[in-house]
Amino acid sequence: MEWKYIQQIVNGISLGTIYGLIAIGYTMVYGIIGMINFAHGEIYMISAYLTAIVIAVLTSFIQLPVALVIVITLFCTIPITALHGYVLEKIAYKPLRQSQQLAPLITAIGMSLILQNYVQISQGARNQGVPSFNVGHYILWTSVDAAGVTNQAQISFNQILIMVAATLGVLVLAYVIHYTSLGRQCRSTQQDRLMSSMLGINTDRVISFVFVIGAGMAGLGGVLVTLNYGTFDFFIGFVTGIKAFTAAVLGGIGSITGAMIGGLVLGMAESFFAGFVNADYKDVFAFALLILFMVFKPTGILGRSEVEKV
Amino acid sequence: MSNHQQASSVSFSYLAVIRSTVFAFLISSVLFIPMVGIKLSGWGYRFAFDQAFWLVGLVTLVRFFTSIIVQVPKWKALALRIFAQRAYLPVVEDTKNRFRSRITILLILLAIIANPLFLGQYWLSVWITALIYVLLGLGLNIVIGFAGLLDLGYVGFYAIGAYTVALLFKFYGFGFWESLPIAAFAAAFFGAILAFPVLRMHGDYLAIVTLGFGEIIRLVIHNWLPVTGGPNGIRLPKPFISFFGLNFSKGNDPYSFHNFFHLPYSEFYRPIFTYYLLVLFVAAVAFVCYRLKEMPLGRTWEAIREDELACRSLGINAVTVKLAAFTMGAFVGGIGGAFFAVLTEFVSPTSFSFIESALVVAIVVLGGLGSVPGVIISAIVLTLIPEILRDTANIRILVFGVIMLVVMIWRPRGLTRIVRPRFNRP
Repeated sequence: MEWKYIQQIVNGISLGTIYGLIAIGYTMVYGIIGMINFAHGEIYMISAYLTAIVIAVLTSFIQLPVALVIVITLFCTIPITALHGYVLEKIAYKPLRQSQQLAPLITAIGMSLILQNYVQISQGARNQGVPSFNVGHYILWTSVDAAGVTNQAQISFNQILIMVAATLGVLVLAYVIHYTSLGRQCRSTQQDRLMSSMLGINTDRVISFVFVIGAGMAGLGGVLVTLNYGTFDFFIGFVTGIKAFTAAVLGGIGSITGAMIGGLVLGMAESFFAGFVNADYKDVFAFALLILFMVFKPTGILGRSEVEKV
Repeated sequence: MSNHQQASSVSFSYLAVIRSTVFAFLISSVLFIPMVGIKLSGWGYRFAFDQAFWLVGLVTLVRFFTSIIVQVPKWKALALRIFAQRAYLPVVEDTKNRFRSRITILLILLAIIANPLFLGQYWLSVWITALIYVLLGLGLNIVIGFAGLLDLGYVGFYAIGAYTVALLFKFYGFGFWESLPIAAFAAAFFGAILAFPVLRMHGDYLAIVTLGFGEIIRLVIHNWLPVTGGPNGIRLPKPFISFFGLNFSKGNDPYSFHNFFHLPYSEFYRPIFTYYLLVLFVAAVAFVCYRLKEMPLGRTWEAIREDELACRSLGINAVTVKLAAFTMGAFVGGIGGAFFAVLTEFVSPTSFSFIESALVVAIVVLGGLGSVPGVIISAIVLTLIPEILRDTANIRILVFGVIMLVVMIWRPRGLTRIVRPRFNRP
């Protein structure tokens, strides 16, 4: 049985890092403007399409080594996805900066429908995919059970790629947030937007930057997921979006470390549930976890409780 | 949008126009050329750059003209007047001529009653669908429009209503009339159960929890094969709805509608009856909504929507008041679901995806948050337009999205003006 536990831990970590990467977008936007970016899942979906497009174009011209293809895909997909985040903020959030709570939520849902349908029209409603490359795996554990069947727990190259790339991405993000001027502006805007703008910080630019960073992280997640699973359609952003949001809530919304931790917790919980209880109900389990956390610990693992002020 | 303030102080600047146009051109090129210009097919691709260039050209052109408009004071003033946001809640008093409005109402009533006599089978079913969406819109309007709670899982209650009818038939052989009230109360019950713990949350938390809840219901229906039949759905017997016990079947049954009243058989009896029944239900729900708006409960909803903290400070129990809105909305959703089951005589989880919730939200948003006639009109418009323009079926959802986006940016309070009754009229 040990192999099964090890296998689920490996699956859970690689799934969880993806949720964490996407959750960073939710949590940063929430930290700065106090709103959920409903269209964030669609940004992730767009990055999956962009990945497939880049890979298709690249592989049709020249035969490149796998590592180079992956690096080029990352460097092409992430900036374009980030630009989607920038435009999303300019269209759906900027005009409603002063408005009450409900309006920006509805524009974001509208934007998410628009993006879904835009991709559906431009790329067709069928499933799309990328050829599987970077195949291969390492065997972590081998056991032979009583019936003489050999079971192995393995980690695929793609799962290693997910873990390494996600760690690098988060490290870069942590550096930007903690050691650069823009990151300092971000943190100060998160603490007090009005005061920051009085101190000469261009808060509009900071908000744009946060959307761009969030979309870029979702783009990184999208590339990694697409390389790992191979197929996707225009609807994947919806469920993944809710799950990533669940991860953000689990970790405590507003905290970047919390988003990664929440992602890992959710990924583990989900893959253990799928492996040992029931794979059909794993989405139900994730959503139920969201509701339970909302009810009993809305501040999450790392979040601080907020005091409502007039 | 951002250079409103700067543009008014300086004279016309060509540089600003060129800069913003080039900027728009570059951004739209990066966005559209890969996504629209390269179409995936299998693991290969083909180019469709013409479409991408049209889109890029369109965006660039629009940006060019808007950057000119915001620099010419006269045009800018006009544009600002059209696109001015009304942040406050305009209260228009009900000072219209009572007699004239009565005639209008009478004419509308006549049109509604005479409507099915001019419609064929197909359009009749389209109208019935439209009326179901009117019901859903009115129900969600209580939650979003009156109480200001964004419920994105409304389709869950719709599904509960439909599946209650279907399951009661499947396991106990219940007919429509027995199961209708059970469906409505079951939806209300689930609404209350969901709402009670989550109503303490902020608006956007609430939205995403309800979204998750709607998905949970759909997924449970999809996966619970022994009871719900999973993706295969449940089929109801063909003439499921009955005229107070008289069925609409074709045979020689003495208790069928045409034999009992000694009429020749027509397949139109059933849809026409469904239509009138739905009209009655819509009228009843609309009436309840009107009364609710004037009742203390409705006033409290509005107050909570505007400032929850102030309401709580005044001693209003926000949770129970919101719970009332949520439960009532779910109740109406359950009725809508029961009618959906009757209309299609087949229920399956694919009918209850998130898109349905989004459509109902679009109906409420377009109709004006909180306005009953607005919601009725927008529900009819939004269900009939895709039927009239059959070619646009694939951009239907795009249109809903654009409606939500544009209406919320242009009029964050909704399109229609809210007429609010005044108490201290002499």
